[in-house]
Amino acid sequence: MLQVSIYRYNPETDSAPYMQEFQVDTQGRDLMVLNVLELIKQQDSSMAYRRSCREGVCGSDGMNINGTNGLACVTPLSDVVKSNKLVLRPLPGLPVVRDLVVDMGIFYKQYERIQPYLQNDTTPPAIERLQSPEERDKLDGLYECILCACCSTACPSFWWNPDKFVGPAGLLQAYRFLADSRDTAARERLAELEDPFSVFRCRGIMNCVAVCPKGLNPTRAIGKIRELLLENAT
Amino acid sequence: MSTMRNLSFDAIIIGGGGSGLRAALELAKSGKKTAVLSKVFPTRSHTVSAQGGITCAIASADPNDDWRWHMYDTVKGSDYIADQDAAEYMCTEGPKAVFELEHMGLPFSRFDNGRIYQRPFGGQSKNFGEGGQAARTCAAADRTGHALLHTLYQNNLKNNTVFLNEWYAIDLVKNAQGDVVGCIALCIETGEIVHVKSKATVLATGGAGRIFASTTNALINTGDGIGMALRAGFPMQDMEMWQFHPTGIYGAGTLVTEGCRGEGGYLINKDGERFMERYAPNAKDLAGRDVVARSMVMEMLEGRGCGENGDHVMLKLDHLGEEVLQKRLPGIVELSKTFAHVDPAKEPIPVVPTCHYMMGGIPTNVHGQAIMQDGDGNDQIVNGLFACGEAACVSVHGANRLGGNSLLDLVVFGRAAGMFIEGALNEGIDYLAASQSDIDASMARLNRWNESSGGEAVAELKAELQDVMQNDFGVFRKEENMQNGVRKLSDLRERIANAHLSDKSNTFNTARVEALELDNLLEVAEATAISALERKESRGAHSRYDYPDRDDVNWLKHSIYFPVEKRLGKRDVNFTPKTVDTFEPKVRTY
Repeated sequence: MLQVSIYRYNPETDSAPYMQEFQVDTQGRDLMVLNVLELIKQQDSSMAYRRSCREGVCGSDGMNINGTNGLACVTPLSDVVKSNKLVLRPLPGLPVVRDLVVDMGIFYKQYERIQPYLQNDTTPPAIERLQSPEERDKLDGLYECILCACCSTACPSFWWNPDKFVGPAGLLQAYRFLADSRDTAARERLAELEDPFSVFRCRGIMNCVAVCPKGLNPTRAIGKIRELLLENAT
Repeated sequence: MSTMRNLSFDAIIIGGGGSGLRAALELAKSGKKTAVLSKVFPTRSHTVSAQGGITCAIASADPNDDWRWHMYDTVKGSDYIADQDAAEYMCTEGPKAVFELEHMGLPFSRFDNGRIYQRPFGGQSKNFGEGGQAARTCAAADRTGHALLHTLYQNNLKNNTVFLNEWYAIDLVKNAQGDVVGCIALCIETGEIVHVKSKATVLATGGAGRIFASTTNALINTGDGIGMALRAGFPMQDMEMWQFHPTGIYGAGTLVTEGCRGEGGYLINKDGERFMERYAPNAKDLAGRDVVARSMVMEMLEGRGCGENGDHVMLKLDHLGEEVLQKRLPGIVELSKTFAHVDPAKEPIPVVPTCHYMMGGIPTNVHGQAIMQDGDGNDQIVNGLFACGEAACVSVHGANRLGGNSLLDLVVFGRAAGMFIEGALNEGIDYLAASQSDIDASMARLNRWNESSGGEAVAELKAELQDVMQNDFGVFRKEENMQNGVRKLSDLRERIANAHLSDKSNTFNTARVEALELDNLLEVAEATAISALERKESRGAHSRYDYPDRDDVNWLKHSIYFPVEKRLGKRDVNFTPKTVDTFEPKVRTY
């Protein structure tokens, strides 16, 4: 029997959060953490968590798994369980709505702040805008972000200044548009980011890189933005 | 009960996937008061899982490509029950819709000349089947759905669309004249119940693959829009037509794109034989999905399946080389390692046909207007109700959808619905308001769950329903099994009507949402089962042992299911495209 300890909090009935213990019979299978949660929900239907695609592309089920942020649906027990113990907590640093469900509001707000859409003030051609494979390659490692918030909620700078520091997820997307040969708003985008907080609160701790379930590298993208900001300033 | 809050919009779009976001974008740009109501944050919608691409004759891979060839393939793929006016609309409007996506920023992969990368997909041909394999599927590596969904969400942000994220639509509200005038919805975070009034209600709620035990679909694909429409008494079309994708990962059900075979991968049986050469000598592994899925099952039934139980086959990709896999199929490499513990650069992936797509749905015209039949069997528009995407049946997919046509369907018909609604709103829409008793009727099932004090648990009933569908309505169907299945579903209906919601709390109560979803799964399952039992022929994805042949005399028709009487009728297929000659039904071989 796997010992599972889960953060519980329902604001309607609980004065404070607590950890609840469950025993789960995995029948020796190397289940995903999400499968364990599904088994627990059969025992206790009041357990709340988000989930959708169950294959690591929708970004719903980011949570803190034995101390590290990750997606429950693509984290096998064999990767995280030691001494037969699994501890699940909500993503750190965001307000808890209930159990493993956090309020993602400020995370989305930082994403919206970087104007996450292509801006091009020229009239589009009758067909697609052309882009060479080399130019398109520059978007690899950037556009794949699934907005799961594993990175930003693992970032001490984001914990301290979630309202002023864009955070690794938002900055990765900021660079995704800066790097796009079709985007013509680079100057305006950089102007929005040049204050001491938006980008420069990044201390290069690289927790974001360590936890990204898609293997992306926000720290590198932030470095590129810094270079562009410095180039712009000189 | 305290007074219910009202929200009022020109148009409410239920569902935040590809078709809903495309419709919303059109309406937001027009300045109409529009909201998207989605049970998940929009980028968690199932469109995100689409991999291989969006099929469209943009003439990039082949400068001579022609939308008529795409239309021919679509009609042939449908086994001739796609509506030819709708297929024509999709194939002609498609390039515009795809170029718009590119202009919005969708990061398509590229050819050396800078144009959008296109890969071969199943069922594609040049020159009306005479010119060999085409390469018509526009791709962003193997993450096209993700790229498309995020691009649409981003552009909705840009255009200030109102989002009601993590809200769940419970039932449609109809006025005394039967017009749809909005819905009842639940804010998942707070538990608040709201009456959403709207002049146009768009069901963009996607598919319902979760009626089967094994599916490539997301856990959220519970057919909520289909359930709502059926409970409101509206008919469904071609619900027996479910696509089983040839390559779901064995055991996990997760999708492996047809693009793998488009890039040169192929299926092998336990003897290492490329068996599709026997079943489809020309197209081989790129035959229609229904053909490939049946061939795989035949291999297994004849003892040539792989593994101890002979219950899967293998998808071979290693000969493509690491570079092609990393460049063109990086997501598949990741999924294979995670869910099959296989590195496709070294070993083949174990795969099995897996429920993937609902060809049927709410019958609509090309403007997304929902259709019902009057007493004489004539089409009649349902005032106020629209559908697009997988929830709708326009029908461009008929009895079998071609790979890459679902994403095109989403954007073309989401856009079309948005444009039509904008025009209708400009002309003025005025329906009778709902009365209190109309609203009470739409609250009935929520009240039932909220007042339940005992009974069976939701999770067990759901598992039982999924097993019935899996066992009795799979790739091959038998009369006797289907009759049993229909009986079991009828029994399940009674038990679900008495099932128990134990958690009555308000804050982010996912148990309540799952209970409400179960009602929808049941509606979809029963419509599927009765339609499958009554269509006495084999066509496209619907294969029966007892009626192994296509019967064009009796069944070159849509089926249309009436939920109140649980009766199956027929509806004419459109054979009159506007600008090309009719594609006459032929024997369908690949």
